[in-house]
Amino acid sequence: MLLDPGFLIVQTLNGLQLAALLFLLSIGLSVVFGLMNFINLAHGTLFMAGAYLALTVVRAFDSFWLALLVAPLGVAVLGGLLYLLLLRHLERADPMRQVLATFGLIFVGIEVVDLVWGSLPHTIDVPLLLAGSSTILGQVYPTYRLFIIALGVLLFVLLYAVLERTRLGAVVRAGVDNRSMVAALGINVGAVFFLVFCLGCLLAGLAGAVAAPVFSIFPGMDLSVLILALIVVVLGGPGSLKGVAVGALIIGIADTYGQVVVPEMARLTVYALMAVILLCKPAGLIPVRGVH
Amino acid sequence: MSKTVPFLVGVGVALTCCAAVAAATPIKVGVLLPSSGVYAGLGNDQTLALELGFDEFGRQVAGREIELIYADSEAKPSTGLAQIKKLVLRDRVDVVVGIISSAVAGAVRDFVHNAEVPLVITNAGNDHVTGAQCSPWILRSSFSNGQISREMGPWMAAQGYRNVFLMAFDYAAGHQAMDAFRDGFVAAGGTIAGEEYPPLGETEDFGPYLAKIRATRPDAAYVFFAGGPAIKFVKEWAAFGLHGEVQLAGAGWLNSALYVGAQGDDAEGTLGILNYVPSIDTEENHVFQERFQEAHGRPGSEFGVAAYDTARLIVEALEATGGNTDDKTALAAAMKATRFDGPRGPFRIDPATNNVIQNVYIFEVQKQGGGVAAVVQEVIPHVQDAPNGCSL
Repeated sequence: MLLDPGFLIVQTLNGLQLAALLFLLSIGLSVVFGLMNFINLAHGTLFMAGAYLALTVVRAFDSFWLALLVAPLGVAVLGGLLYLLLLRHLERADPMRQVLATFGLIFVGIEVVDLVWGSLPHTIDVPLLLAGSSTILGQVYPTYRLFIIALGVLLFVLLYAVLERTRLGAVVRAGVDNRSMVAALGINVGAVFFLVFCLGCLLAGLAGAVAAPVFSIFPGMDLSVLILALIVVVLGGPGSLKGVAVGALIIGIADTYGQVVVPEMARLTVYALMAVILLCKPAGLIPVRGVH
Repeated sequence: MSKTVPFLVGVGVALTCCAAVAAATPIKVGVLLPSSGVYAGLGNDQTLALELGFDEFGRQVAGREIELIYADSEAKPSTGLAQIKKLVLRDRVDVVVGIISSAVAGAVRDFVHNAEVPLVITNAGNDHVTGAQCSPWILRSSFSNGQISREMGPWMAAQGYRNVFLMAFDYAAGHQAMDAFRDGFVAAGGTIAGEEYPPLGETEDFGPYLAKIRATRPDAAYVFFAGGPAIKFVKEWAAFGLHGEVQLAGAGWLNSALYVGAQGDDAEGTLGILNYVPSIDTEENHVFQERFQEAHGRPGSEFGVAAYDTARLIVEALEATGGNTDDKTALAAAMKATRFDGPRGPFRIDPATNNVIQNVYIFEVQKQGGGVAAVVQEVIPHVQDAPNGCSL
């Protein structure tokens, strides 16, 4: 099977598609962690919120493209409120309190979703424009999944340009490197952080909406992807955009192959890989320079 | 005069009403179905068909009214057990019907067995319910997982399929369906190309598995999925280019009447096996489909049929006992002796296991009118389970 070029192409595409979703999901988690030393475990809940918002919009207006616009914005607002009402007060708290509070939010999120939408798994249809399949490298492959891969690449390029070429990007990079120095220069780090936080939530919501036609939508759908996203962040080196991209690629491909090549140890492949990489490079694959 | 007429009518109404009360206490039928939770949709489908069945076959036996008392199991074992205790101990029902989830069936088994109240299971298909854990008080009018899938193996082997890939979620129903298919298919000379059991209730991305199925190049795949995952599986099957390359076959819930329309052209050509398809051409089935369509504006499903037949089973058994419900042993015996031709075809209870003996239909999904529908290819009559460790 592993020598079958058709299998390798299709499975690698599946891996890239999962990597693209993990990239969108992890980037917010990583930047927030890098900038603030803050672990927001409820980030996966925002991914789930994106999927459910998309479901609701598709049901009400029968338009996936509207959902793709509304869901990320809705999740960004939700994330912003979450930050202002709760997370802001935990910024200077010790990590255990941050972890416990955001861990609790995961369960609140699952219960709320269960109450509002019920526990039945839902699916939404792939939009007509992207339904069906395309032929790539001689293999038939679902067009919608190619769209996910393209979206992941596009957003990587876009975020890279913002981070490297704009003033906001410079402030964020400097903030990750040395927060107090940036504040001493008279820059309002709090406001920048809030903006970045909301952007991260927006991308998590986008990931949820994009994943909705491929994954099942159900209360708790955030848990398995949250673990993968955390691994991506740790693997890549917190706060590093390139690190997240590389981490997402490794985990996306390892998880996809692991599921069918060694199904008995599906999740083990991912954890084992993480353990080996962290043993060799404890700060992650592409650590941000000058981590204090 | 103008005052006496309403007065007399009033007295008349009062007399008839009291006379009826004096004549007989109602027969209480407890209905344990989920109206919330994971299986609320199926619970609802069975509730509608059960009511339709009592409308059709009678709400009164030997002068006694049949009263339905509903309880919501939420498809959770603990809630199901609490609710059936309430039905039996507080409401003092004469018989219980329902149960969608095999987990609930397992949880209530010992209580029902010890309380000695007849229970008719209208869905839960776990083989053990009428196998190793069978009880003289528990009948099943729906199916067992093995009963549905067992005949498909020999049939597909006879059609010339040699190498089949198996796939289902990793839980009891999935494994029982695949085991039943594998046994028959291998015995008929077939080989298994590979098997995949992805975890139930996780992200459920079929992509990696579909890539593997295509790489192993089987003649066909036999799968068991139902509900949302079934719709998604059939659509992804086509999107990954497997439609037309590998023959897709499944336990018939893959293309249930409830959602085969949503699968559309992607489902065309799929083979299935099930105890009911809406197109069965008998008088009984036409009546059921017409009544259900009339009342609810959509076709009746295999879930509905099991509940509809259960209403008939209860009414006919009560008629046999002359409306007597005090002797539960006699009532259970009358239920086991009941046989009739329903929408599914001949219906009777197997005295060896208390599972239903019924026809199983092999179908192909074909284009029909503007959409797709299951068209019967072969009928396998009177499919009966082996005792599987049950001794009644």
